[in-house]
Amino acid sequence: MAKTEILTGNYAVAYAAKLSRVQVISAYPITPQTSIVEKLDEFVESGELNAKYVRVESEHSAMAACIGAAATGARAFTATSSHGLMYMSELVWWAGLGKFPLVMAVVCRALAPPWSIWSEHNDVLAHRDSGWIIFFAEDNQEVLDLIIQSYRICEDERVLQPVMVALDAFILSHTSMPVSIPEQSDIDEYLPTPGSRRKPFILDPDDPLTHGNLTYPEYFMEIRYEIEKSMNSARRVIIEAGRRYGEITGRYYDSLVEDYRCGDADIVLVNVGSSCGDAKEAVDLLRDEGYKVGLLKLRTVRPFPFEDLRRICSGKRYIGVFDRNYSFGYGGILHCEVSSALSGIKVPIQGFIGGLGGRDITLDDYVWVFKILVDMADRGVEPKPPIWVGLRGVV
Amino acid sequence: MIFLEFRFHGRGGQGVVTASQLLVASAFKVGLWGQSIPMFGAERRGAPVEAYARISDTPIRRHSQVYRPDVVAVFDPKIMEVVDVSRGLKPDGILLLNSPTDKFEYKFEGFRVYFVDATGIAIKLGLYFAGFPVVNTAIVGALAKATGIFPLEAVLEVISSTWSGRIGELNAEAAKLAYTSLRGG
Repeated sequence: MAKTEILTGNYAVAYAAKLSRVQVISAYPITPQTSIVEKLDEFVESGELNAKYVRVESEHSAMAACIGAAATGARAFTATSSHGLMYMSELVWWAGLGKFPLVMAVVCRALAPPWSIWSEHNDVLAHRDSGWIIFFAEDNQEVLDLIIQSYRICEDERVLQPVMVALDAFILSHTSMPVSIPEQSDIDEYLPTPGSRRKPFILDPDDPLTHGNLTYPEYFMEIRYEIEKSMNSARRVIIEAGRRYGEITGRYYDSLVEDYRCGDADIVLVNVGSSCGDAKEAVDLLRDEGYKVGLLKLRTVRPFPFEDLRRICSGKRYIGVFDRNYSFGYGGILHCEVSSALSGIKVPIQGFIGGLGGRDITLDDYVWVFKILVDMADRGVEPKPPIWVGLRGVV
Repeated sequence: MIFLEFRFHGRGGQGVVTASQLLVASAFKVGLWGQSIPMFGAERRGAPVEAYARISDTPIRRHSQVYRPDVVAVFDPKIMEVVDVSRGLKPDGILLLNSPTDKFEYKFEGFRVYFVDATGIAIKLGLYFAGFPVVNTAIVGALAKATGIFPLEAVLEVISSTWSGRIGELNAEAAKLAYTSLRGG
């Protein structure tokens, strides 16, 4: 039977990797990720997890080790954050573009300068084009569930792409809450046998091959197109994996998005990550006051849930997009993506920027955001440049 | 309906984060949901630090920090010289102070003020960690009594599953003594 324990988000990651029976772990410590790989190290040391723990001198090497492991068919895991992810970046792209199925937890943390250890999503979103499937988690239960599901998704023959699971620094990584830990035998049944994968290729000394070599322009585009086909297939595989997971745990994840009271809403706010919970509370509060508002949580950023967005946002009076990131000279990254996904649908879309560098996002902030959207809808005004939530000195 | 927010004030090394975790684990023993939240930053031994918690009878969705606590626990009353410990505390909220005396130069009006001599209990029991009296388990025992939302038995169970042997026994004893000697309210 599943048991419930009070876990930090980082320990939820570690327990999930253990339940997934990862075979190779390679990582380099960085705040606020470190307790993930420390806990995994304890599991390996105590014999609870039979894995090879490869110590390395950098995140770049950590990902190289994971790629090497995945190339032999082994189940590989790593975790990093912020500057660690940027230092790893070259190999992050290599893993995605080379179709290496592996899973990485990224504890989202702002990039410096100025120095920060707190949450912001630019580190993950800087890798949105790298061929990785990207999930954002709302709470520690979802963190654990997503890591496990990610192995089923990435090793599915229709996908064979790596998966990133993003969790907010401190807000999830260091905050503990009850997490239901599934039974090992259920996960053993849910996931393929570790190390049994033979696709897309396996390095074997008896059957040598080369991979990732110089490719002339007449073949290059086809290799890129294969990745896009995998990403498209991933949409269905993610839903299948989430449904099957629900059958064994009772927690169903059967969509790329979570629709919270959007059905009859006039106003919908699009959001990702841990602060979706606060936004849901704001929705409930405003619903009690008669405002017809809803929250659309994106569970995946890659593959991007175009169809769900278009279906749910059609016919609404106003859409808001809350970004915990910034693309200088444009605005919020998700605002850009949502606007593109909704092109052709007549609905105004207003961007909001908040929570950068760990600035707290509160229930009151979301009430404020929703009321702005209601007001803009009532007055029939066009969207403005992104509104920075709680910016000092600005009304 | 139960929904309580907690703030712990102490010094780095006094185990405020552990207290927050013990609180949530104790409440969880009786079927309550909780969140234990450390101060999001760099913690330094001896410096004023905070930790937070939420306890509810339904799963808690919000993840923002705690601004309007229902309960504040102060591990070191000297901290009140530099920190406004009643900041944001709700009217009629619980303010638990670790103190051998009920007499304070600070006036806290509009709150239910409780006192527990957690340091005295630790010294009496010989309960020290790294040379400092351990006060966090006593504080959680006192909170069981002051809030009334989870029983002392839940705290003792959590303590005994967290620390084995003599250390576990002493911490359990500290929680018990704090529970029975709580004053004020």
